[in-house]
Amino acid sequence: MKFAVIVFPGSNCDDDMFYAVKEGLNVEVEKVWYSEESVADFDAILLPGGFSYGDYLRTGAIARFAPVMASVMEEAKKGKPVLGVCNGFQILLEAGLLPGAMQRNKNLKFICRPAELIVENNETGFTDKYEKGECISVPIAHGEGSYFCDEKTLSQLQANNQIVFTYRDNVNGSVADIAGITNKEGNVLGMMPHPERAAADVLGSADGLKLFQSILNHWRESNVLTS
Amino acid sequence: MSLLLEPSPEQIKEEKIYQEMGLSDQEFERVGTILGRLPNYTETGLFSVMWSEHCSYKSSKSLLKKFPTKGDKVLQGPGEGAGIIDIGDEQAVVFKIESHNSPSAIEPYQGAATGVGGILRDVFSMGARPIALLNSLRFGELDSPRVRYLFEEVVAGIAGYGNCIGVPTVGGEVQFDPCYEKNPLVNAMCVGLIDHKDIKKGQASGVGNTVIYVGPSTGRDGIHGATFSSEALSEASESKRPAVQVGDPYMEKLVMEACLEIVQSDALVGIQDMGAAGLTSSSAEMASKAGFGIEMDLDTVPQRETGMSPYEMMLSESQERMLLVVKKGREHEIKAICDKWGVGFAEIGQVTEEKNLRLLHKGKVVADVPADALAEDAPVYQLPSEEPHYFADNQQQEHYVYEVADAKATLLELLQQPTIASKEWVYDQYDYMVQTNTVVHPGSDAAVVRIRGKNKALAMTTDCNSRYIYLDPETGGKIAVAEAARNIVCSGGAPLGLTDCLNFGSPENPEIYWQLEKSTDGMSVACRELNTPVIGGNVSLYNESGAGAVYPTPVVGMVGLIEDLAHVTTQSFKKAGDAIYVIGEAKPEFGGSELQKLRKGDISGKPPVIDLNEEKERQTQLLEAIQTGLVSSAHDIAEGGFAVAAAESLVGTKLGATLTITGDTAVELFSETQSRFLVSVPAANETTFEKLIPDARKVGNVTEDQSLVITDSTREVILQADVSEVERAWRGAIPCLLK
Repeated sequence: MKFAVIVFPGSNCDDDMFYAVKEGLNVEVEKVWYSEESVADFDAILLPGGFSYGDYLRTGAIARFAPVMASVMEEAKKGKPVLGVCNGFQILLEAGLLPGAMQRNKNLKFICRPAELIVENNETGFTDKYEKGECISVPIAHGEGSYFCDEKTLSQLQANNQIVFTYRDNVNGSVADIAGITNKEGNVLGMMPHPERAAADVLGSADGLKLFQSILNHWRESNVLTS
Repeated sequence: MSLLLEPSPEQIKEEKIYQEMGLSDQEFERVGTILGRLPNYTETGLFSVMWSEHCSYKSSKSLLKKFPTKGDKVLQGPGEGAGIIDIGDEQAVVFKIESHNSPSAIEPYQGAATGVGGILRDVFSMGARPIALLNSLRFGELDSPRVRYLFEEVVAGIAGYGNCIGVPTVGGEVQFDPCYEKNPLVNAMCVGLIDHKDIKKGQASGVGNTVIYVGPSTGRDGIHGATFSSEALSEASESKRPAVQVGDPYMEKLVMEACLEIVQSDALVGIQDMGAAGLTSSSAEMASKAGFGIEMDLDTVPQRETGMSPYEMMLSESQERMLLVVKKGREHEIKAICDKWGVGFAEIGQVTEEKNLRLLHKGKVVADVPADALAEDAPVYQLPSEEPHYFADNQQQEHYVYEVADAKATLLELLQQPTIASKEWVYDQYDYMVQTNTVVHPGSDAAVVRIRGKNKALAMTTDCNSRYIYLDPETGGKIAVAEAARNIVCSGGAPLGLTDCLNFGSPENPEIYWQLEKSTDGMSVACRELNTPVIGGNVSLYNESGAGAVYPTPVVGMVGLIEDLAHVTTQSFKKAGDAIYVIGEAKPEFGGSELQKLRKGDISGKPPVIDLNEEKERQTQLLEAIQTGLVSSAHDIAEGGFAVAAAESLVGTKLGATLTITGDTAVELFSETQSRFLVSVPAANETTFEKLIPDARKVGNVTEDQSLVITDSTREVILQADVSEVERAWRGAIPCLLK
């Protein structure tokens, strides 16, 4: 299996994502520069955190137009797993691959700390290694992570089981404590907490590793089925 | 345009225009002697910034010479962007601390942000990847709205820059005292990692090689910033707000990545950042260090505004710019890297044999001065020194022992002092985890950052108790170094060396100069004793306003090596049943202490004494105990004394502690006697631990019941508090003061 980590100008968690996959899963992973035209050769696409294009204008608003994004959107439509973390989540929202938008944290400050998440849905290709209702420790680090959507969207998210992670203690003011959601098809996950920062015990938590393992497992299973 | 308005050399002399730029009469005369003629407007500007205290260290150079700067592992001492120390495996650690006090007093967000930007450039210009940021901050008391504004904006500025560029802000310190009310201190430290083969220097060698400008264009911001930073603050300082630069961390991220790619190329000869005094200092210093000259055509300098004069271009402190010297004929290789990262690139000059800085503008020579005269030959002053009266008065005072009727109430009050209270409100705003190497988060004695791919880590800290230094600069200077080393040792590391940031008032005041002289004496002695060479630093003088000078605040930034990740230790108690030890006896020492400040509202008397032999011995023993695996937790006993240290070791652990003291309650609980540690040890290791550290005395145990109980030798309870109550007081203090 081969992972792509997309690097936009201003991405700063690209290395972290790269090492989480490389050291955590021991599979192939490559950094893909924003100006590349295709990610079709990859089996999973990761959009890392950071401040793409300085977060100028609006978080993710410029990165969404980066040349590589057309191919990311195409592969997402084909059903490949796409994970956006933090700024990556914001880009997925701007790209319309996920519904809703981000507001500034309710205290109007950047917040960096370990956060407890509840796994609301463990029947996705990103979470099947977790138990439903499991409480995991994954850090957050964002200034604009208060997830917002209208009531109609929220009820759709709920009805389709698209809410994957919620905060145990809603520090940023997100609607319905939402920390991570998938698209309706379940192959695109956006989340504000950083699983790549919780991929080794020496960092204080390895709870995020199961997310990457789930992606790998899912790929293995579906590949065995199709081959 | 503005060229036409520039005064003639004769006018500069007669109307003493050089004084407005910060040059004294004697200095202006010296310039004339060096040149053999009167300097023109641009040249006067070049000399005035390069000879400012900020760039030349003219008042402090003679004192800095006292510091030990060499050691087996020192690969680069003071004089380059940052110092370098070997950490084995063909790797080295690069670090430096720098002040951004004056800009932060005027425009706190941008002042602090560009302070971070500047220190990052110092480190990556050596070829190192920045792996951590720390800071050391001083403010007035939080009951003032202006101080709250400065505090909140400085923290936001540090966060805004560091978070965006993706270098974790892992540690530091914040202290509050009325002397910093008008003149906050903002010191930023950066730590980088480098492979020996990649070490680069800021040298412009090889006649004909090309001088290249990398980064965003030059504007009129920050002109004369270095001179502004070398003056005392006054009402008029507000009008110098334009001298504060505006930072763009996104741009710096791109410049940093481009430079880290460029240093891998052997087309690169030298590289230096355009920090204080911008294009002037980078070009003059690179030429001077290499023994060559530089000629630049200013028409080729990327400009953000029209009609900029040579004076403005040379003195601008626009941010995120680097100056490179590249082998002739290979410029395109560097340009390709800049293009990839979308970073500005311009060929602006070449290295010359004649050792001059020569500037051309619109086809004319607008400045032609010896590079050495600007960089190396700045005047050096031996200033008069005089012992202030307050010192002798304080030395005569006997140690006063405070009555502590209610130990619990006193402990809770101390925990709510903003200098002691939890700094979570601050570091919650800093991304301290990006790069996924942060092993010990902010809040413990030192932050710990692992080296990826190796089983080792770096411990890092900033420290300075300026109250002690004010009361007795020599003793206080020793303590600052010793405390930093103590924090490194408690984290499981062996101190490698330090960088210092000397924040003082005006050296022209003999009493301030005396503080500078004595504290650097103390620091030098401690550096030798503890084997921690000074590999670089920064001097920030004239930190004073109408209300007087700040306390002498020589901040120590120290880095240590943790040889094995298994040695990483924190201050938190780990397990019920562990024995708790104190290393060192408490003496009645309250001069400059938190208890004195709390009770008296002010400080006086003698600070705690320090015996550096004892310090060294205990640090060596404790480090050995940690490395042998005997220790569960270690914490230095500092501000607030033993009781505060015990409370800090309990917060967040869901554990409790039962402790017994003998002797006077106030002394045992709250004295700030130096060279002491609070250590917890698994029961099975007690005998071995005691054998290894003869000065260790068992004082109790870690318990399960989440309360802190302190009894006297007759088993009578002196203090009993729920840990939740202790934690609430400690965590809640700063948010409460800000509301």
